[in-house]
Amino acid sequence: MIYKAQSGHPGGALSVADFTAACYFHEMKLDPKNPQWPLRDRFVLSKGHACPAQYAALAMKGFFDLSHLDTLRKEGSILQGHPDMKKCPGIDISTGSLGQGFACGVGMALAAKMDALDYRVYVALGDGECQEGEIWEAAQTANKYKLDNLVVFVDNNNLQIDGTCDEVMPNIDLGKKFAAFGFDCYEIDGNDMAQVVAALELAKVVKNGRPKCLFANTVKGKGVSYMENQCGWHGTAPNEEEYKQAIAELESQYIVED
Amino acid sequence: MSNTKKISTRDGFGKAIVELGQQDSNIVVVDIDIGKSCKTVDFRKTLPEQYINVGIAEQNGAGVAAGLATCGKIPFVVTYAAFGSMRICEMIRQQICYPKLNVKIACSHGGLTPANDGASHQCIEDMGILRTLPNMTVIMPADYSSAMALVKAAAAYKGPVYLRFTRDAVPVVYDEAEEFEIGRAKLLREGKDVAIIANGDTVCLAVEAAKHLSELGISARVLDMHTIKPLDVQAVNDCIKDTGRIITVEDHNILNGLGSAVADIVAESGKAVLRRIGVQDQFGQSAPYERLLEMNGITVENIVAQAQQLLNK
Repeated sequence: MIYKAQSGHPGGALSVADFTAACYFHEMKLDPKNPQWPLRDRFVLSKGHACPAQYAALAMKGFFDLSHLDTLRKEGSILQGHPDMKKCPGIDISTGSLGQGFACGVGMALAAKMDALDYRVYVALGDGECQEGEIWEAAQTANKYKLDNLVVFVDNNNLQIDGTCDEVMPNIDLGKKFAAFGFDCYEIDGNDMAQVVAALELAKVVKNGRPKCLFANTVKGKGVSYMENQCGWHGTAPNEEEYKQAIAELESQYIVED
Repeated sequence: MSNTKKISTRDGFGKAIVELGQQDSNIVVVDIDIGKSCKTVDFRKTLPEQYINVGIAEQNGAGVAAGLATCGKIPFVVTYAAFGSMRICEMIRQQICYPKLNVKIACSHGGLTPANDGASHQCIEDMGILRTLPNMTVIMPADYSSAMALVKAAAAYKGPVYLRFTRDAVPVVYDEAEEFEIGRAKLLREGKDVAIIANGDTVCLAVEAAKHLSELGISARVLDMHTIKPLDVQAVNDCIKDTGRIITVEDHNILNGLGSAVADIVAESGKAVLRRIGVQDQFGQSAPYERLLEMNGITVENIVAQAQQLLNK
């Protein structure tokens, strides 16, 4: 997708890919034939630039034809550079400006509580994104309204555009901050599918009025050796040679079903 | 209009939102701590299940409202104009206008009315800023009755709306039964020499000025342009054709507000002269509201003087 577009954000898309896949293929109640099904679970990619991972999941889930994946970032595409709920089936809220998606997820979880419905809301935040103040405004609202139907992933890859988070703006005790804001916080390896699935299960069964934070330690660029832990691969597309190497490496690590 | 009943437009909002909430359980108020001042106390007491207060966190309030709207709610984000426009401008753009979500931003304390509070709380830029956002509708009612009617019209319209109310009591211009349509100006007085196009608290000044002008032999049309986006272009073109002289009056910066919106149409027509009365691109200060209006020439006397100049009388 990103190679064909020659534009996009491979690093973050790869770090969120595992827990995004866990949500779409293991966890969430969805109806790809009826993307607006009112009782569906919601997924908010607050770090909207990682959307290639979400687009791939939506396409494989059947929300739209796989052929759309080749149109990422092209004129007229349903797959905008950042997710557009009006263009792309299965996107629950448009995102792209960091810090804002979380509050929207809180609104969705609140609506479920107000209507006494049991759909759940999953939000993916970047660790760098947590430098935005609105994140903490949203977190305190989730606590106040006891949104135990809300699960927040923190994609803790410790990289942002200008360097490591520790260099740019240290996220002091990020997991503890969520705990201090009233979340049940579970630290996991966000690129270990078994851990992600187990944590999602736990988050679902613990109905104690507390929102859940899955603090996911991840590797930016996961699965592609030359991209891993390199902030330079935040918003850069691979060339042909790099693309071929990336695909070969990924296919050697993952079972690809026909 | 000295004998006319006076009541604030924020009170009109407070009454209408309760009625709306009682009729439709999807109507939700998202307060940002200043509900008492913005007149949502009755709503909170009457409809607690439809009431959210996010505390002093405007950005989050806008985002929560966007999320609620995706689930079929009709949220009204309630705060002061300065915060509900500029503090959360980008949230309104990204999360509300871009996806065209059904969120209403309902703000009290528009214009210079938070007079004693000073420039930090007065808001002279909001309507201009928000009318540049695609998909946004921008409304300022002139009185209590039209505030109630336009809040209901905003709730019935599917999409983002910014509603601007003011703090002080203003004369009631309309009967409660008067009907309003978003984007359709109200003709308050017919006239052929000059057209005065006003909105909000200045509509009653325009009506007063037209009476004075009548005594001076000048026939002034008065329009209440309660919606500056979408602007009632037909009504402005009628003024251009019928009078050739237009004066706009607003409690807003003369940049980008009602005057600028009308100026766009006038300039493209090339067939009318225009005078804009409004805040003179300057911050206010703590002072009585009437004094702040005087400092900016937003007065009956200045409307009359501008009309006389346009007619060389």
